[in-house]
Amino acid sequence: MRLQKSTEFALYAVLELAADPGRQMSTADIAVRYGISAHHLAKVMRQLVRAGLIQSVRGVGGGYRFSGNVKRVTLWDIIELFEPEAPGDGEAGYDTPIARALYRVRAEIDDLARATMQSITLKSLLKFAPAETVEGLARTL
Amino acid sequence: MQHSEVTIRDAAAGDIQTVIRLDEIHTGLAKPDYWREMFAAYVTAAHFGRFFLIAEAAGEVAGFIVGEIRTWEFGSPPCGWVFAVNVSPDCREGGIGSGLLDAICARFRDCGVGTVRTMISRNDPLNLAFFRSQGMTAGPYIELEKSVEPV
Repeated sequence: MRLQKSTEFALYAVLELAADPGRQMSTADIAVRYGISAHHLAKVMRQLVRAGLIQSVRGVGGGYRFSGNVKRVTLWDIIELFEPEAPGDGEAGYDTPIARALYRVRAEIDDLARATMQSITLKSLLKFAPAETVEGLARTL
Repeated sequence: MQHSEVTIRDAAAGDIQTVIRLDEIHTGLAKPDYWREMFAAYVTAAHFGRFFLIAEAAGEVAGFIVGEIRTWEFGSPPCGWVFAVNVSPDCREGGIGSGLLDAICARFRDCGVGTVRTMISRNDPLNLAFFRSQGMTAGPYIELEKSVEPV
């Protein structure tokens, strides 16, 4: 499953913040940590705020803080905000038997990928992340 | 809810009605005949590598897990299979499911098995998320099926 850049950035940001929900981080902090574009990440962060997964904190030392439920939010909840709908009957050649057979195979793969992403909560992923992240999570749960 | 006094034991014949009820709550289907067969095969008759465990909290049955060791299915070396796990809705998020899985994994380990597997519907996010949270990931086998209905 190939993810768009925005999706990858969103996963990084939400997981980084969810690892320690009491901590605030700026877009620049996250961008530097992951070596990604701060400009692109800023757009992603605004969408995550609208979705209620993070909240903006104003003032000195402001930034963003995780505002979801680490035991309930799954990777798919983030991915579906940024990934387009699966391609389907609007595609070129879809009215041919071969194209439809190929589409069924791709749909099978997409279904598996979606089920996998829906089954992994942020807490589960962070549980098996390196120790530096897990320490932050442990402090807050 | 955390349950400080949870005990895990082998199932006994008298647990059957509670198991049927817990399963019905989760699946929406009462399957008394199925569970009677399961109890006959996994509880009242002793077989190497078959385990039916019960979790008790405050003297009440709070959950159960069933599994067995399967050997050389499709070339797979012996491994533990978990094919039923259930925790009472009143007792969830208290570590009972994790305790049951840990207990059955310990039984598998005692039998010399180093891998545990299960199969979950992709439309069952509750159980999928549970097994994921226990560190289980996709294994080396792919489940396939086809309709055998008359065309």
